[in-house]
Amino acid sequence: MTSSYVDLAPSRAEKFRQRVLPFILLAALLVVIPLLGPSRSTLTLLNHMGITIVFALSYNMLLGRAGMLSFGHAVYMGLGGYFCVHVMNWIAAGTGVWGVVPIFAMPAFGFGAGALAGAVIGWPSCRRAGTPFAMISLGVAELVAAAGFMFDSLFGGEMGISADRMGGREFLGLSLGPLDDVYWFIAFWTFIGVLGTWAFTRTPLGKLSEATRDNPERVEFVGFDPQRVRYLVFIAAGAFAGMAGGMSAVQDEIFTPENLSLIPSGAILIAAYVGGVRYFAGPILGAIVMTYMGSNLSDYTAGWLLYLGLMFVGMVMFVPNGFAGIIHDTWVAIRDGRLAEVWKIWLKRSVGLILIAVSVITMVEVAFRWSDGYGEVFEPFGLHLSHQNPITWALAVIPFVVGILLVRKAAKEAKA
Amino acid sequence: MSSALKLTDLKKSFGPAKIIQGVSLDIAEGERHAIIGPNGAGKSTLFNLISGRFRPTSGSVHLKGELISNRKPYQINRMGLSRSFQVSNIFTNMSVRENVRCGLLHSMGYGYNFWRNIGGLSGVSEKTAQILEDVGLIDKANMPAALLPYADQRTLEIAITIAGGAEVILLDEPTAGMSHSETDRAVALIEQASRGKTLVIVEHDMGVVFNLADRISVLVYGEIIATGTPEEIRGDPRVREAYLGEEALPEVEGVPA
Amino acid sequence: METLVFALLNGVIYGLLLFMLSSGLTLIFSMMGVLNFAHASFYMLGAYFAYTVMGISNFWIALILAPILVGGIGMVVERYGLRQVHARGHVAELLFTFGLAYLIDEVVKIIWGRTAVDYQVPAALDFPLFTLYGAQYPAYRIFILVVAIFMLVALWYLLKKTRAGLIIQAALSHPHMVGHLGHNVPAIFMAVFGAGCALAALAGVIGGNYFITDPAMAVQMGPIVFVVVVVGGLGSLEGAFIAAMLIGLLQTSAISINASLADIFGFLGLSPDSEVGEITIASMGPMLPFLLLVVVLMVRPRGLMGDREV
Repeated sequence: MTSSYVDLAPSRAEKFRQRVLPFILLAALLVVIPLLGPSRSTLTLLNHMGITIVFALSYNMLLGRAGMLSFGHAVYMGLGGYFCVHVMNWIAAGTGVWGVVPIFAMPAFGFGAGALAGAVIGWPSCRRAGTPFAMISLGVAELVAAAGFMFDSLFGGEMGISADRMGGREFLGLSLGPLDDVYWFIAFWTFIGVLGTWAFTRTPLGKLSEATRDNPERVEFVGFDPQRVRYLVFIAAGAFAGMAGGMSAVQDEIFTPENLSLIPSGAILIAAYVGGVRYFAGPILGAIVMTYMGSNLSDYTAGWLLYLGLMFVGMVMFVPNGFAGIIHDTWVAIRDGRLAEVWKIWLKRSVGLILIAVSVITMVEVAFRWSDGYGEVFEPFGLHLSHQNPITWALAVIPFVVGILLVRKAAKEAKA
Repeated sequence: MSSALKLTDLKKSFGPAKIIQGVSLDIAEGERHAIIGPNGAGKSTLFNLISGRFRPTSGSVHLKGELISNRKPYQINRMGLSRSFQVSNIFTNMSVRENVRCGLLHSMGYGYNFWRNIGGLSGVSEKTAQILEDVGLIDKANMPAALLPYADQRTLEIAITIAGGAEVILLDEPTAGMSHSETDRAVALIEQASRGKTLVIVEHDMGVVFNLADRISVLVYGEIIATGTPEEIRGDPRVREAYLGEEALPEVEGVPA
Repeated sequence: METLVFALLNGVIYGLLLFMLSSGLTLIFSMMGVLNFAHASFYMLGAYFAYTVMGISNFWIALILAPILVGGIGMVVERYGLRQVHARGHVAELLFTFGLAYLIDEVVKIIWGRTAVDYQVPAALDFPLFTLYGAQYPAYRIFILVVAIFMLVALWYLLKKTRAGLIIQAALSHPHMVGHLGHNVPAIFMAVFGAGCALAALAGVIGGNYFITDPAMAVQMGPIVFVVVVVGGLGSLEGAFIAAMLIGLLQTSAISINASLADIFGFLGLSPDSEVGEITIASMGPMLPFLLLVVVLMVRPRGLMGDREV
């Protein structure tokens, strides 16, 4: 009997490759980045990526692992963050025990506050699953956001509440004043967050949450209450969201009621989904891509939210496993030596998608310049694409049609 | 022998439809009890009542002397009753090994634990491997359950059911849709797994029933019209009339007609 | 007294508008199991289409044309979008409509701009109908009332008295059975989805100029409509009607009450100068639907009239 057990469990080498190595690489990456001498704006971007990674992973504890679609997850990050902003102000005042608490510990406070918020709000919300749960999460988020604008001493009204991250004592030699210090702080907690959320998937409760997603009824008949499983997972997800809130409180030094609203909740849903909710690394990818796009693409075009929406809808319809799924499938195809047979399909698909993108971008860019009425003209690569220019219309229609045909052909060949 | 499962005047109606109309049954510890009856007789409903999936309209169910008909399925499971489903009811996106592991987690004392590594839980991995070995799924342990062939899914369904070591096991048509050889293997598995335990089985395959059961109950239109040993059931004229019509019951090896 | 009468009238109008929106949502949900997150976006599209059509011709054509156009868009969305993801379950469908809502919001911003458009009450209806307690009551509000009641009666007639209605009702209670009766279920789904969107658009046409037509109107209305549907009981038209009226009356009457929490709970020692005591009922208006949602879910998880757990 014991011999078969040895066969079952992954070997030592496999364990190392699958469970230890990725974390060593992550740690190495986090350490190497500052050696490359990133600019201030790059550092800020990286810090936001770290925060979003932890937030997205906490969101995926619900959506990907437990199958719970929440439209109000920002509530827990927001409440965790608000709590930390208050704590930072108490620390700055330096009364009582607060005098000795380092700002560095903020995410731990956020963790606690998020868990508490999850425990309180999750109690009524987790009584239902599926669509009703999604609707309730939305209603609760609206309620909390509205309350945020009402109780000024707690949430600071529209202006929010700010704090000073340099108010506390130094910890590990970090004053948290310069952005470099903040980077180390974020890197540390990002690592903890990734490790923590991953470790959770390896616990009995983590596995039970997957079982509850697959088949809640069967879970009942092996001795567990699916409602209880969901509630506990909800608390854990709230805790890690609160941790992200604590990281954000130190990085940005402010929280406003906007942070509780449906907008950040929707954004994290999109980030996690686009990254790929079936894979642990999916939300990490999604968080990196979304944060990057959010800070860079928005400088280039006013239509970036529309592109984001199009990408999201496209992925829901055609690529339900997200970026991580694409990478995984590609890797499997290469590993199994099927590259020779599939590369033509991939080429067709890629060319088709690029063509579709060209025409969509042309349409959107021309359309919003036209509707602005400032007489601005979309001029990529020296082309003068006004809405009267026939080239514009050709660019909007022809690549689109050709692209769709190519993608459909590729899909047909992939099936065959 | 003391009673493992006792149904007392159990009734269940859905609106005006009376599906179970007063079933009383006493199943002793260690007994293998089969419930047979034509389609629509209420066999699955009876299982759903016993396992807590439905609440009875009236009447009661006792498990080892304790009232369970007012409890939730997970509570009943913890008290030592486990059931399988007629339609495979497994965790499709998880591996075969993880499926079985979910089935035995609670019995090993790891409730809603979120601070232990599941791979390092003492005993759980060994027990999982042992069950997989016993049911013959060890080679497919790391396959996603959804990709298993049909017969293997049925086997996995049984494996999840017995994994927790429940003393009373309810199997709902475990061999439905299986080929002859697959059925034989399933019967051997059920025989082995139910050794020293109480087994209640709903089955259409009369060969399986007469081979396996110590006693048989015949359920027709929500009522038990006869309970007895295989020989008694075979000889019962009411059973022949109500359930089997003109057909003769099959001759089964080892069971004298 | 006069505040009460006005609040009642306005509440009924708001409630009927809410019902117009939630009836479509409920029909779609009970038949297809899809909670259309983009439903309020179709409401917004209705208002914007009406604004544009009104610019070219007049309000009466817009009243008819805008719902038809939006209904058509809804049918296309169902046929080429929703049906694609249907096989992957309700979460995928909900995500799809969520993305759709996002898209419609952005498209509206690009076409009509980020600020409110000047969608006005038609001149023919822009006059005070009667004077009540010295205050004039605008005719357009009564017009909304009439349209909404007309819609209510038409919907009732359609569902109870016509063959199509019978099929829809059958599909409401036994979605899987209708297909076996030889009806083309996908076509029925498409039609119901389109009709639901058209109803939302009609609410947009008559509500857009009563409130305000801006890109935020969907985001503001959407969650409230969900509350109506959940509070009423998922899948129950009667429940949706009761919940819509309840929330309509609750919200409009809250706005007209100037009392603060301290005035009400003063006997418990709540000081009027404290932060909680200062809050007026009026300022709590926007929160009330969500408060109601939480309370209903605690007390009666299946909603007021819901008969099935989903």
